Amino acid sequence: MTILSDLDAPSSPEAVSLSGKSGSGSVGALVRKLRTGAPVLPFLAYVILVLGVPTVVIINYAFRSDSGHFTWQNLHTIVAGAVVGGVHQTQYRTGFENSLKLALVTSIVPAILGTFIAYAISTSEHGPFKRITAATSGVLAQFGGVNLAFMFIASFGATGIATRWLSDLGMNPWNHGFSLYKFWGVAFVYMYFQVPLMVLIITPAFAGLRPAWREAAENLGASRWFYWRRVGLPVLTPAILGSTFLLFGSGFSAYATAEAQTGGTIAITPIQIGAILQGNVIAGENNIAYALAFAMIVILLITVIGYVLLRRRTSRWLR
Amino acid sequence: MASLELGTVVSDPSTIDHPFESDAPANRPRHRIRWGRGAILILAAAYFVVPFYAAMVFSLQKPTGGFSLQPLTQIASAAGFVSALWLSTQLALITMVVVMLLMVPTVIYVHLRMPRFRRVMEVITILPIIIPPIAYSVGVLESAPSWLKASPYLLAIVYVILAMPFVYRSLDSGLGALDLKTLVEASRSLGSGWIATIMRVLVPNLRAALMSASVLTIALVFGEFTIANVDNWTTIPVWVYLAPTDNPRINTLVAMLALLGTIVVLTLIVSLDRSQTRNSRRSS
Repeated sequence: MTILSDLDAPSSPEAVSLSGKSGSGSVGALVRKLRTGAPVLPFLAYVILVLGVPTVVIINYAFRSDSGHFTWQNLHTIVAGAVVGGVHQTQYRTGFENSLKLALVTSIVPAILGTFIAYAISTSEHGPFKRITAATSGVLAQFGGVNLAFMFIASFGATGIATRWLSDLGMNPWNHGFSLYKFWGVAFVYMYFQVPLMVLIITPAFAGLRPAWREAAENLGASRWFYWRRVGLPVLTPAILGSTFLLFGSGFSAYATAEAQTGGTIAITPIQIGAILQGNVIAGENNIAYALAFAMIVILLITVIGYVLLRRRTSRWLR
Repeated sequence: MASLELGTVVSDPSTIDHPFESDAPANRPRHRIRWGRGAILILAAAYFVVPFYAAMVFSLQKPTGGFSLQPLTQIASAAGFVSALWLSTQLALITMVVVMLLMVPTVIYVHLRMPRFRRVMEVITILPIIIPPIAYSVGVLESAPSWLKASPYLLAIVYVILAMPFVYRSLDSGLGALDLKTLVEASRSLGSGWIATIMRVLVPNLRAALMSASVLTIALVFGEFTIANVDNWTTIPVWVYLAPTDNPRINTLVAMLALLGTIVVLTLIVSLDRSQTRNSRRSS
């Protein structure tokens, strides 16, 4: 393997690797590898400049006091709370708890629903239906934000049209504890982009289920249910879990929808960051926003790692 | 013949233990699943259609009852709408050009020569989906040089990053469906350079992937609120949120039209492209 890759490095794509694990050693091989990698440099440079540098800036500020010295105080305030005007306040920790809860709800439920919908779509033989649902879930997956919030306020708001229809049927949800401005209202609206996102990322996994597996199972006398329980689901599980991690990240970091929908009144971390940035700052807490952002990034990195690891397991089967 | 035999087979109890020999037991579970599938899809469709339909009713309903298309004509004259639309359009075009110039050659090259780098690209391009936009926007403003901060086009530079997940995924699957190596080798051995190969051989083959990537990029630019708002530029979503109209119906209508427009265009593109491939296959 080593000899092979040293000889063919430029011509054989399989043997070329950026990580340099195979066939390193001679300077010539390194130069060849660098030359092979050169065309992706513009992409990497762009990502480092526009995505990497801002992230480093956030992390840097998270550990600075207002006067610019290194400090743990910002992170300490988030976790332990701070005494403001004689009152011990832990609103940032509450914000994180709410955010985590919201992300959990809006990742697990859409993951289940999205898997069912993707299954229903992928087993459909109706061509136009497939195309419309594919296009629609692509668009809806990024239809978060202000537009979405306005749509739901107009439909399921306290005086919304859909609320009026339900109220005519004698089941006005607002009379039964539902509110668009509270936790479950926000969760309800998040489904609108989380479910399509799940459909979008899980559909390729369904396409990877080989018909031969089902035929083999059927020939051995398995019922459809048995096939899904013993073959289909186990093969899909890593993909479903990995996608759930992704949905968790997406639900955890969403800001615009909740901001526009609740007018910034729901206590979740992105909203708190936004409030600090818009000038609602307590003296000595200028960099709390960055510390909050840093804490979010740490949690999100964990979810990405989870996604990548599960993704790797998935690809072993679905290829 | 099958229908004649069916009755005898079912009435014969000895064959019921062997589901694959008779039609009936194999068909029954399939029917049950269809019902389940129908129920799932109807529920999902209701969840996705009802808010949209209700919001459309909200924005087109006259206070006196009945419907009117008059709000449509009021959109253009609403204060600030035209300039917001112009800014969003410019940003969408710049973002689209930059993201394509950056991603198309890179992804093609990676597919051809560095297949293992695909895994790295996949991880990199997943980051923009999960990075908190509110935190990211601050990081961008803190790190951008001041001449760039004064320009709305900073947004386009940032949107390129946000568009990467969708652009990468459509390109990746589009390229996966091609016999890339053969196409490139044929083109190269016939004497064309790399640029000609990309523009005249690969891009036409990737038409569907490129089109859907472009539409998703436009949808992204016309929907992104957080960064534009923190950066103080009135794009369409910022306008929808902050517009000083005395009539919230118009804001809602703009939001709905942005959504409807994107879905219709994307569906058209996907369908058109499919019928084209079908025609070309038939003629060859």
